[in-house]
Amino acid sequence: MNGFRHFFKSFMLWELLVGMRLTGRYLFKRKVTVQYPEEKTPMSPRFRGLHALRRYPNGEERCIACKLCEAVCPALAITIDSEVREDGSRRTTRYDIDLVKCIFCGFCEESCPVDSIVETRIHEYHGEKRGDLYMTKEKLLAVGDKWEAQIAADRAEDARYR
Amino acid sequence: MEFFTDMWMALPEGLRAVLAASTKIMMVVGPLMLAVAYVTLAERKIIGRIQVRIGPNRVGFFGHSLWGLGQPIADAVKLLFKEIVLPSGANRVLFLIAPMLSLGPALAAWAVLPLNAEFVIADINAGLLYILAMTSIGVYGVIVAGWASNSKYAFLGAMRSAAQIVSYEIAMGFALVVVLMAAGSLNIRDIVLAQEGGVLGWFWAPLLPMFLVYFISGVAETNRAPFDVAEGESEIVAGFHVDYSGMAFAVFFLAEYANMILIAALAAILFLGGWLSPFEGTALASLPLLGNGIHWLLLKIALFVFLYLWFRATFPRYRYDQIMRLGWKVFIPVTLVWLVVVGVAVMYPPLWDWLTGFGLLAVALTLLLVVFRGAVKPSGVIMP
Repeated sequence: MNGFRHFFKSFMLWELLVGMRLTGRYLFKRKVTVQYPEEKTPMSPRFRGLHALRRYPNGEERCIACKLCEAVCPALAITIDSEVREDGSRRTTRYDIDLVKCIFCGFCEESCPVDSIVETRIHEYHGEKRGDLYMTKEKLLAVGDKWEAQIAADRAEDARYR
Repeated sequence: MEFFTDMWMALPEGLRAVLAASTKIMMVVGPLMLAVAYVTLAERKIIGRIQVRIGPNRVGFFGHSLWGLGQPIADAVKLLFKEIVLPSGANRVLFLIAPMLSLGPALAAWAVLPLNAEFVIADINAGLLYILAMTSIGVYGVIVAGWASNSKYAFLGAMRSAAQIVSYEIAMGFALVVVLMAAGSLNIRDIVLAQEGGVLGWFWAPLLPMFLVYFISGVAETNRAPFDVAEGESEIVAGFHVDYSGMAFAVFFLAEYANMILIAALAAILFLGGWLSPFEGTALASLPLLGNGIHWLLLKIALFVFLYLWFRATFPRYRYDQIMRLGWKVFIPVTLVWLVVVGVAVMYPPLWDWLTGFGLLAVALTLLLVVFRGAVKPSGVIMP
């Protein structure tokens, strides 16, 4: 009887049909595809995207040119020059991040004592010619100015885990 | 109207025959090529859905995405504009002839396939022999492509494909011999007419083992998953058509899909009664669309093409020696035994009814068991 069962099973391709039953069921399962430009998946407030330099509410830039980010950057993507401003405070004259070198590890943001350099949740950006992805101080401050509300909201949401 | 008939009659006899035949050929090949293009889309869609994705759905017409219906057209246009690279040292003539050698027979075989009771391009008496001959020529495309590329990889791939195709042709040929014994004719129209009498009159039940052997051999013949070792993309690159690009490559691709449709059509015609309605002989057959007609044939072809895609989404690839073992040590003995059994059944009709009963019982039992019982649910599988 067992022999007959085995014979019948192998002749009627039993195992194969069981496999096809499984894949056949998947045919009617709910699909997991996210239709990207129209639909997007939720994003963490810790997302490490495009960099930005922030300002204090009174408009003063936060960065004090301590160069911790430049030192910690594992990809050597950050270049900083600094000078003493007329009012005696220490400020950057040059703050460049080469996004082509950057590995988006977020160490710059973690090392910053004044929460100046941050990585935002902006990730849908591109460069059209060489140099477009070389972020200068002006560009970084512009990003910060434009997205300050979002940046602040993200930091506030993440604050309780820090 | 009369004007046109007069014009038609004014043409010389020979020209009229040529024109009529050409029109018939266009009527078959045109929709066939369109079907080939859209089977590629169907494949991506269905395999996508089985993998819990949705498949291509962006390319459409005039700004409407239409579930990706423009995809095959876009693919074809892209391939048309790509350069056909001729490898240095390749035999130029053979290199360019090879793709045509694989596509040509796949289309030519349609000449003898009857689409309904009236329509067939060439109603020849040795139809089945013609089919066997045509499908065999396809192998030359593979061998010539491998040889003409002047590359050892292409050549090895060609050898593998050719060996596989030739091996399975034997089992396939025997399966066809059993069909022609059962029908008592080589003419394909007669083979279909021999299957009259509703679902149970079709050859799938009495010739069940041959039906399975034929379709599985067909999958192996067309180098499709799970027998696609020649181009197993996760193991080697492409096989015999490594050195092809642009439209020459596209023609190989078309040939593969045309062959799939051909095998599906043959399975439908030889084992599932072609254009015959499953309700033949019952009261339902008199209702519109439930009687005999080409739509039944198309439906059956679609079923087999879908099976091809389902197989590809389900089964892991065979090892090469397992392919050879299955072909030589399982299929050929099975077909030989069944050849004798059917030979007896043809001479002694009660045995034929017994075979029909057994076939029906086996399929019904298996499907019922697979659907309602089946294997233990594997643990740790994520079911979304």
